[in-house]
Amino acid sequence: MEFTFSPLSEQALVIETGTIINKESEQAVRKLSSLLEKQAPDWLVEFIPAFTTVTVFYDPCQIRQAEVEQELRLLTAHLDEVEAPTPRQIEIPVCYGGDFGPDLIFVAEHNGLTEEEVIKIHTSGVYSVHMIGFAPGFPFIGGMSEKIAAPRRKSPRLRIPERTVGIAGMQTGVYPIETPGGWQLIGRTPLRLFVPEQDIPSLLRAGDEIRFTQIDEAEYREQEAKLDAEHS
Amino acid sequence: MLSIRKSGLQTAVQDLGRTGFQRYGVIASGVMDPFAHRIANLLAGNAETSPTLEIALSGPIIEFDADHFIAICGGDLSPSLNGEPLAMWRGHFVPKGSVLSFGEPKRGARSYLAVAGSFDVPAVMDSHSTYLRAGIGGFQGRALKNGDSLKTLPISPQRLDALKNQNAQTPDWLIPPARYHEQPIVRMMPGRQYALFNEASRLRIFEETFTVSANSDRMGYRLEGPELALEKQEELISEAVAFGSVQVPADGNPIVLLADRQTTGGYPKIGQVASVDLPLISQLKPGESLKFRHISADDAQQLYIEQEQQIRQLKIAIQMKREEWT
Repeated sequence: MEFTFSPLSEQALVIETGTIINKESEQAVRKLSSLLEKQAPDWLVEFIPAFTTVTVFYDPCQIRQAEVEQELRLLTAHLDEVEAPTPRQIEIPVCYGGDFGPDLIFVAEHNGLTEEEVIKIHTSGVYSVHMIGFAPGFPFIGGMSEKIAAPRRKSPRLRIPERTVGIAGMQTGVYPIETPGGWQLIGRTPLRLFVPEQDIPSLLRAGDEIRFTQIDEAEYREQEAKLDAEHS
Repeated sequence: MLSIRKSGLQTAVQDLGRTGFQRYGVIASGVMDPFAHRIANLLAGNAETSPTLEIALSGPIIEFDADHFIAICGGDLSPSLNGEPLAMWRGHFVPKGSVLSFGEPKRGARSYLAVAGSFDVPAVMDSHSTYLRAGIGGFQGRALKNGDSLKTLPISPQRLDALKNQNAQTPDWLIPPARYHEQPIVRMMPGRQYALFNEASRLRIFEETFTVSANSDRMGYRLEGPELALEKQEELISEAVAFGSVQVPADGNPIVLLADRQTTGGYPKIGQVASVDLPLISQLKPGESLKFRHISADDAQQLYIEQEQQIRQLKIAIQMKREEWT
């Protein structure tokens, strides 16, 4: 496998594992991340994995960029021997439609389906988390059926409530905190995706395997109350 | 304790940022001008990492409920103590009952107030920075409001005395001068996607003047100037961005990403501002302008190391002064 290295800044170097998003480049990102986590060299400040890149932030007073590159080349040379962590399997319960998913009607009409059909397709897929970014704990989730794909809203909403599940193009995702955003909103989950009081503040991690299941509003309320009580 | 009589435009507790959680999508946040923040802390006898109050443009009115020792660094927002102008970039003893207020923003956009002992706010994910959008960190996860009481950690009367005495000897200290300017020249490395821009854009970015638009905040400054465009439009794969990344969305106007930037972005990056010059941008007000000048990543790293050495020297000088008086 070919890796390219280039600076993001005088304190960050980008390792590119490929130029297109595929299993291979994603696996390499995951393996590199787990290696960096294990080895945690002194000069390493932090790293940010994305679809096809791992960006490594270093302390410029401890090491020169050329040396960082050398060290990282050594790491990538042994990548084949590393096993990628086994994906965790996580179920995300969703209460679809209504006030929680005001765009479910749009997604259905856009694809010539009923709302029930959209829900059926959304809950039948096996998804994988490509990366966490944009907002704390926000998962970019791939693997959604083209049958329920929908364009982003022409003008983004100024406030999307936390826990809302959305669709944009062929991606689906969940807004962990209230933010502006342009995705089509189809439902809400009682799960908290951003948990600042935990060591790892994100419920999901890159590589996780995900399934969505349908719950009704009563179940949503019950689970939400229970989860919020656990954290207060 | 500090009583906030008036909050000002946006006054919030910040430190050097939330490190180590960007891989979970948690923004770094932290001060916009790390240089001023660090010097303010050193002058107040704190660790550089201690939280300070970041004060934007129109400053607050603050009453001190006990004797304190403070320092204000960064942009000159005309600070005064009990109605008397207060010198910046040096420490001051502030007797109980004093009132700190701010006037007209003269040069720069943000001031940093450090209080000896620093503020007593809980750390969230190892940082005291306020992350406004997530409502965490700093003082109750938000900017200060009228009537808030901001607690400080107690310092001993001996220590306060030492700071006071040391301050009498202040003026010759080695304080690196702030280089704030209304039209700064900002050094910038070519960005990760520099080569994807058309030739005119690659030249213009280093030649022409860009103006800070009113649509700018702690997340990023939008710049207006000549339009920048890619050789051919293409979709990029999202990747990490950094403090000072200059990305160009489809409308052709560059955005300099700052303290509250998102962790990843999908727009092409034409440049990356050298860390040592970030304060020059962070201190610009809407309507002010700047020019970029080319620098290599190696040279930018060298400048960074030199600045760290300067700050270290200042730290040692202050420690030596303090030993003389304690």
